[in-house]
Amino acid sequence: MSILLKDGHFDPYAEVRRFTDMHFPMPGAYGATAMFVGTMRDYNEGSVVRGLTLEHYPGMTERHLEVICGEATQRWSLLAALIVHRIGEVQPGEDIVLVAAWSAHRAEAFDACRFMMEDLKSKAPFWKKERLEAGARWVSYNTAGTTELT
Amino acid sequence: MDVIVKLFASLAETEGWRQKPCRLSDGATVREAWAVATGRHDMPARVLCAVNLDYRELSTPLQSGDEIAFFPPVTGG
Repeated sequence: MSILLKDGHFDPYAEVRRFTDMHFPMPGAYGATAMFVGTMRDYNEGSVVRGLTLEHYPGMTERHLEVICGEATQRWSLLAALIVHRIGEVQPGEDIVLVAAWSAHRAEAFDACRFMMEDLKSKAPFWKKERLEAGARWVSYNTAGTTELT
Repeated sequence: MDVIVKLFASLAETEGWRQKPCRLSDGATVREAWAVATGRHDMPARVLCAVNLDYRELSTPLQSGDEIAFFPPVTGG
């Protein structure tokens, strides 16, 4: 498993390719790859958003991302897990987060990928500050992670 | 005992500082670290706290050298 914090643009698809090649040098070792990519929108809560700053808690962030990867790997018997997250300045259209899971069959990869993303959203110490057309504001909460009515 | 108190994000902006050393009485808890560091007992709603990089409750007792952090709900991803 691996976690990365990136201060600057990254290509999640290239990261998945690179990580796959590194972890599975022999073909045929895995049967399923699930990946989630979160991308910055240029709007939120009815406002145009020009950019955002991602603050984090150095040390605690890495530790919690490792805990999330470790829990998922154990719970779903994953063959590999990867989390990449931006820090610092982010522009609209840029990718913010990548979560990926590799397993023998699809169920484990799908479920583990969802779990890792939701756990990251609720526990990993990151905070977004949006730059608006006039001023800036902190994002105060994350939206729900499922489409089920609660 | 001496500890370090850290604030993050909107909480750091509101309070006007990010890190300060604090001297607490022996047996002090996270709640008391907040009171000493900020000079008041009331705390904004939904503040989260961590001790030595792990989430902890306000009632958690502290040790000398601990790093205590207070921050708003997380909004990554």
